[in-house]
Amino acid sequence: MIEMKNVYKKYPNGITAINGLDVTIDQGEFVYIVGPSGAGKSTFIKMIYREELPTKGTVKVGKFDLMNLKNKKIPFLRRYVGVVFQDFKLLPRLTVFENVAYAMQVVGKNPKNIKKRSLEVLELVGLKHKVRMFPNELSGGEQQRVAIARAIANMPRILIADEPTGNLDPETAAGIMDLLEEINNHGTTIIMATHNSEIVNRVRHRVLAVENGRIARDQERGEYGYEI
Amino acid sequence: MKFRAAGRHIKESFKSIKRNGWMTFAAISAVAITLLLVGSLIALLMNVNKLASDVEEDVSVRVYVATGTEESEQEALRSELDEIDNIESIEFSSREEELDNVMGSYGEEFGLFEGDDNPLHDVFILNTSLPEYTSVVAEEAEQLGSVVDNVNYGGAEADRLFELMGTVRNVGAVIIGALIFTAVFLISNTIRITIFSRRTEIEIMKLVGATNWFIRWPFLIEGALIGFAGALIPVSIISYVYLRGFDTLMGYLSGTYFSLLPPNPFLIQIVILLLTIGIVIGSVGSSLSIRKFLKV
Repeated sequence: MIEMKNVYKKYPNGITAINGLDVTIDQGEFVYIVGPSGAGKSTFIKMIYREELPTKGTVKVGKFDLMNLKNKKIPFLRRYVGVVFQDFKLLPRLTVFENVAYAMQVVGKNPKNIKKRSLEVLELVGLKHKVRMFPNELSGGEQQRVAIARAIANMPRILIADEPTGNLDPETAAGIMDLLEEINNHGTTIIMATHNSEIVNRVRHRVLAVENGRIARDQERGEYGYEI
Repeated sequence: MKFRAAGRHIKESFKSIKRNGWMTFAAISAVAITLLLVGSLIALLMNVNKLASDVEEDVSVRVYVATGTEESEQEALRSELDEIDNIESIEFSSREEELDNVMGSYGEEFGLFEGDDNPLHDVFILNTSLPEYTSVVAEEAEQLGSVVDNVNYGGAEADRLFELMGTVRNVGAVIIGALIFTAVFLISNTIRITIFSRRTEIEIMKLVGATNWFIRWPFLIEGALIGFAGALIPVSIISYVYLRGFDTLMGYLSGTYFSLLPPNPFLIQIVILLLTIGIVIGSVGSSLSIRKFLKV
């Protein structure tokens, strides 16, 4: 569960990105974050996994109180919240398998479990036959799947995806959406920032529109609602 | 640090050392040169210090009694010397005893001078309560008339030596400090470059929930290894030179009051000190440079 109350974020350069935002997202929900560029979507997402610390307000993610979270505890929040980036952020020198296993090694998992779980998530994203390949030998959609596999390897309760279909053709994007749906069906909260109106309108979920640093619209099974 | 992780950290650090071969080489050389200078300076300073304290121990005023002085005159001189302030003790050494000393130091050949041929003087040896008083005591003793042939003391040289010692020690400490600072800077720069090439990796580690220490360990170990490797070179050079130099110089110094610090334990202490400094500057250097990258 994510709970934000009266949250403000003002950057050192004077820009107020979040301006009195309130929202609650329950465990297991699938939420689209939409809105114009520069409206505060990225900042909103970064506040969930504590890449940005709000200036004022309350942010609670699971059992973590982010306003009072010690730096030493941030790694444990990040194991609770998985993140998928638009640019994948895969390690080019590691194979597909190693990229996923890496995320589990760095949190100190047992090597036996690492192998089993890595293959399990790679099977889930449909890349079990490409475990020995390197990221640059994969298509964009496949790289995004590896990134998703890595993000869910440590079994986070929340998965954040920032424009996961941003660089992909419609067919590949649909495949990624199916994957996110499936992960969501396993009980993981999905928070997906997107500009893709076609997907939002086709696969209906709760829509949060962020404008001027606030939630301008909060609609169950909502539509994209912006002109393209 | 978990046991399982320790192996991984060590492996990672070796991988990074290999991957950044030339930078590693540069950093090791920097540490080696720095520690060679630091080690030589320390060895030099400690020995100068030792010589100075040898001199200090040895400072006494020798009052040579003129040849042919009657026994009663000698007694009178002794009581006069007793009057001088700041004297702790007076020893008497007859010319025969003096000759024995010389024979002890320079060889039995001097036995030719035994008996009436002995050219040496009877000597009163005055030990002052503090080294500073030697010059004053010597002056007063010189005023005591014709029975005194000559007065001799190492005081003037000692005073100058003490003064020089203080300067040398301070200058040496400053130079050692500056050298260590330079080494830390060089190592932290080297590791900064190796970190820079791995910053995506670090960012991903942070985002999937690695703790700061998990990220830091390989770099710390890398720094410590570089420091240790860099220290081995000066340690071997200094050990070799000191052992050879010790034997040679002790040959010259035999028979004097002076001696160098013996290799055991002095050289062993220097070796341990240099290895420790190497490891410490290596790990300090690397933790300095990684600090910035951990703030994600």
